[in-house]
Amino acid sequence: MHNKTLIDYTLHLADNALIIGHRNSEWCGHGPVLEQDIAISNIALDLIGQARNFYQYAATVSGNGATEDTLAYLRDAIDFKNILLVELPNGDWAQTILKQFFFSTYQYFLYQQLQNSKDAQLAAIAEKALKEVTYHVRWSSEWVIRLGDGTLESKNRMLRAIDEIWSYTGEMFLAASYELQGIREEYAVDLSEIQKNWVQKITSVCIEATLPLPADTWMQSGGKEGKHTEYLGFILADMQFLQRAYPDADW
Amino acid sequence: MEIPNKHRIVTTTSEEVKQAVLFLLESVTDPEVPVLSVIDLGVVRDIIVNPNPESGGWSIIVQVTPTYTGCPAMDVMKTTIRMALLQAGFTDISITSVLSPAWTTDWMSEHGKEKLKAYGIAPPQYKQAVCTPDSFQEEEAIQCPLCHSYHTRLVSQFGSTACKALYQCHDCKEPFDYFKCH
Repeated sequence: MHNKTLIDYTLHLADNALIIGHRNSEWCGHGPVLEQDIAISNIALDLIGQARNFYQYAATVSGNGATEDTLAYLRDAIDFKNILLVELPNGDWAQTILKQFFFSTYQYFLYQQLQNSKDAQLAAIAEKALKEVTYHVRWSSEWVIRLGDGTLESKNRMLRAIDEIWSYTGEMFLAASYELQGIREEYAVDLSEIQKNWVQKITSVCIEATLPLPADTWMQSGGKEGKHTEYLGFILADMQFLQRAYPDADW
Repeated sequence: MEIPNKHRIVTTTSEEVKQAVLFLLESVTDPEVPVLSVIDLGVVRDIIVNPNPESGGWSIIVQVTPTYTGCPAMDVMKTTIRMALLQAGFTDISITSVLSPAWTTDWMSEHGKEKLKAYGIAPPQYKQAVCTPDSFQEEEAIQCPLCHSYHTRLVSQFGSTACKALYQCHDCKEPFDYFKCH
């Protein structure tokens, strides 16, 4: 009997990494300057690599013939458990940076705790990925400061980005049913613990960036339980087309 | 094309076979940084050799660990390791992946670091405070592999591959790759 909750939790971690990795890969060849184009493509590569590790593990646990490819390419939007934040369109560079900063900081504290998971493979994937995420946090927070405390134009764009994205941050810390069960079984991360650290880091960077954060507001949610924005469908249409049109295509 | 022959490496004990495999792997290189072997890079974590009673030959397990989670060179390295072993006549080969403990540049051999520098890539420093998420940290003083000046600057933390950062030398003006600490 396979552990459905463990699979769901692992898929949630995988889907988050895959979808934001895919969004970042949209910048490849379109970055504002060559070095930053390379940077965000590198981050995409790290994230898609993390997604692969989680998908491979979910496939092993399910033991029903699923593979990393069937999990990435043959599930529909309702089966995806990523938070809504990662599926939002990239917008301009400011929005992309802010989204990445919020997400990387979340991943940083999440993986830090996940290293202590009772599940040895989840702990190993987190230990490995944490080193990469450390670079992502550093890179994205430097950009938040550079743009926020930059020109009038860059600051206005950052303010607009905060307005667009802030209401999608609450879902990170809203535990889904499989997370609550996973916390009871001591393989999942207690989100209330990492929320404090997340708020502290975001606040200190935003102060340095001279960017005000909104007061408590209504937050979007649903992605973790498969209720997505329409954007995810478009991502999947793009990402899954080839495997749907030419099943088992390989190169 | 060499003809595989399982008797080509004439050995008696599993320890000798292990040494022979290690010797073979020293010629398997990283496709992105062809001066480094998989042994120099520190990605081969263990070689497990057991007699295979069915075939009368040896069963070889090579444990590798990825440098970066998403590094596409890892798949190439695994394939090249398999090819090298097949060419040497081994047929019972398994290449497994281990994630923990996570790979670190501290595992790169000293010999590897020298080769890297001679190839024009600044070798990794020992792991230090720079591996934290704090923004705008004081940059590491990285030595230019071309003119050996320490008067260099970080251009981007992300370079031509996942494992490298891009630097430029203020003295000789040449841009260069730094194999960043991890």
